[in-house]
Amino acid sequence: MATNRCRFKLLQGNEACVEGALAVGMRFYAGYPITPSTEIAERSSVRLPQLGGKFIQMEDEISSIAAALGASVAGVKSMTATSGPGFSLKQENIGYAAIAEIPIVIVDVQRSGPSTGLPTSPSQGDVMQAKWGTHGDHPTIAISPTSVQSTYNEIIRAFNLSERFRTPVIFLMDEVVGHMREGIELIPTEELEIIDRNEKMINGLPYAVGEREYIPHMPSFGTGSLYNITGLFHDDEGFPTNDNKMAHDEGLRLMKKIEVYKDDIIKYETIDTDDCDTLIVCYGGTMRAVLGAKERAKETGLKFGIFNPITIWPFPEEKLAELSKKIKNILVVEHNYGQILLTVQRIVKDNSNVHFLGKIDGTTISPDEIIKKLQEVNSNAQ
Amino acid sequence: MPSKLIEKHLRTDRLPHIWCPGCGHGILMRDVCQAIDNLNLDKDMVTIVSGIGCSSRAAGYMNYNTLHTTHGRAIAFATGIKMAKPEMTVIVITGDGDAAAIGGNHLIHGCRRNIDLTIVVFNNNTYGMTGGQYSPTTPTGEKGTTAPYGNIDGAFDLPRLAKAAGATYTARGDCYHVPLTIKLIENGIKNHGFSFIDATSICPTYYGRKNKKGGPIDMMHWQEKNCISKTKADKLSKEELEDKLVIGEFYNEPKEEYTDLYQTIIDKVGGKRNV
Amino acid sequence: MCKSELRFTGSGGQGVILGTIIMAEAAFLDGKSVVQSQSYGPEARGGLCKAEVLVDDKAVNYTKVTKPTCLMSLTQQSFDKYKDTLADNAVLVVDDSINVPKNIGEAHKVYKLPILSSARKVIKNPMSANIISVGAVNAALDLASKESLEDAVVAHIPKGTEKLNVSAMNLGAQMIKEYVH
Repeated sequence: MATNRCRFKLLQGNEACVEGALAVGMRFYAGYPITPSTEIAERSSVRLPQLGGKFIQMEDEISSIAAALGASVAGVKSMTATSGPGFSLKQENIGYAAIAEIPIVIVDVQRSGPSTGLPTSPSQGDVMQAKWGTHGDHPTIAISPTSVQSTYNEIIRAFNLSERFRTPVIFLMDEVVGHMREGIELIPTEELEIIDRNEKMINGLPYAVGEREYIPHMPSFGTGSLYNITGLFHDDEGFPTNDNKMAHDEGLRLMKKIEVYKDDIIKYETIDTDDCDTLIVCYGGTMRAVLGAKERAKETGLKFGIFNPITIWPFPEEKLAELSKKIKNILVVEHNYGQILLTVQRIVKDNSNVHFLGKIDGTTISPDEIIKKLQEVNSNAQ
Repeated sequence: MPSKLIEKHLRTDRLPHIWCPGCGHGILMRDVCQAIDNLNLDKDMVTIVSGIGCSSRAAGYMNYNTLHTTHGRAIAFATGIKMAKPEMTVIVITGDGDAAAIGGNHLIHGCRRNIDLTIVVFNNNTYGMTGGQYSPTTPTGEKGTTAPYGNIDGAFDLPRLAKAAGATYTARGDCYHVPLTIKLIENGIKNHGFSFIDATSICPTYYGRKNKKGGPIDMMHWQEKNCISKTKADKLSKEELEDKLVIGEFYNEPKEEYTDLYQTIIDKVGGKRNV
Repeated sequence: MCKSELRFTGSGGQGVILGTIIMAEAAFLDGKSVVQSQSYGPEARGGLCKAEVLVDDKAVNYTKVTKPTCLMSLTQQSFDKYKDTLADNAVLVVDDSINVPKNIGEAHKVYKLPILSSARKVIKNPMSANIISVGAVNAALDLASKESLEDAVVAHIPKGTEKLNVSAMNLGAQMIKEYVH
């Protein structure tokens, strides 16, 4: 097969993340060096000025997300990327982006933790932090890619969701996907569906929403509408308020804007789920090991379906609940001590037996380990 | 009836402000507006960025693009805005705790980059919003609710800190010497680089009361008598200078500005002008 | 073709990771499915380094090499660590300074080549050892076309060093052709 060398490239996951972001219009990046996400900053520093965009290496993780938010307020699609400790440091400003409704994509290339942990080793230990990391009630969108190609495709979707819903989107990569190289198709900008934020204010008010709508249409700074943005609960003009009713309404609206449109946000993949006794729930780089176990089905005689929540938050609850009604065993495979497991248990209730395979030693879960666990699940079931 | 300046530059429907009677912040906020007015800046192209604290509530009252951010991070947010829109005049209003404690790192790195921001610190020597704890500019020996036996920390001389870190314009104003302070802010905005103005405020409610400085009028009188120009200060002995605060312009040496330098990179690698 | 599982090992700074990137790129240019990855510690230089490539006609699922069909080693330490996890009838391309135990020599096809010394003496650049290895491994496995391998090499080396690196690549291939078991 002859390869089209412009459209098809061998890229690292971290590099594909940047290329996808550039294709969808990212023109500002602020970051701080941290393994295993550093290649995202490095490639951004090369590529952005070539496209007239801006890159800045800030003094720390907190200022990186702050600068990216500042650029977004000025109307430029912005991104920051980090790993483990850096993701912890960014949490406060993720909450700021949520309440101030500033679009931004935060990439977290997960590594082994807690604390400095195993900096060069993979993990999926930040899944719950992505949902609950910043304080207070707030909506969360998080997406987890399984390959270099899906990194490219899904970062585009992450930007589109962030722009449309005016909310921070967390792009949960892991070291496996971030650091591996695969051949991918770089779909050019002209062929993409690109969503840009709506800046036509409703009734001249930056934070007002239309009837039965939940997303405000704030204009970018410097476009002629003078208004205030704050991390305090605020009125439709963006001015702080202590009014409990207004705080309630705003808090509710923030949650609703994701809840109501969750079908537009949720994305999952199912493989062989129509006729299986056992279902594996997995996501991100771990999915690859599960597929590796599946390709050996003939040899092992193990039949199982796969449910891969590409949108991790909001979790595709309805689909999993539906599947669980006709499935005996569900095995959650994730690279941590059991995080999505809790969500699966909550959704599945008593419909199926929920089993778990995870690890926290910094090595990836292998197809062998999955096969062994499946055999164990099967023998217990008999 | 608000004055023409207030009418033009403040969101008058949002007044009165939340500051205590006798607080110096209102004077300083007005000084910033007057400086902007004197420079005849297009309000659409002015952004005020603030952090968290009493000072940072100013942004909400000011009728420009205003961004009230998280504690300590105003300069970092402002850096992103300036990078994205270099033609925008970006002014950061912050406090002594916001700029020099939790945000100290962003302050020195903003100075180091010489990015075209104007920082005005409403410096009241205390954490007012949380009830009067000692701050990085509380003089040694003075009291706060967390320094009940007197503060043993040394205080930052903020303009010296900014200059050492690379700011190209540094100055100190106060609440009493209004025309001077307006001029300093004006010059700071005019400097095409990182400008730092330490604007000494007064906090009669906490800092003043805790340290027996008298009421607002007494504190204003203190500034009248003790805030002296550099020329005057040069003639005084070390002992005579002990209870004095030197105000005026300290440093004004323009050098290449950050977003201009970044544009040279864009030009070099063939990127288009402006995003 | 069967799935090839290549593992390159050596010491940090020898260009082992780049070697696998070039192998992956060459196979990719030939239209194969590839996954390249690496694992490393905190040391930029001198630490144990392992990098891998999976090559297949169909999509590669699991991203790590489990049973290498080919092991390339430049140091004894890295060889010793990975010598016992090989697939049956694996191809070993190792530097001739490495001591290969008899049982391994008998179970697998071993090429002991003067990679490090030739880089120094023939190519006159110790940094070319990884490119010699790439040329040798590709010839030993008949993995990618010569054109694709050359394109891959040229795409990943500093400008101005093309001639040197292509001759290093050719030297590696030649060592395999002329090898007497």
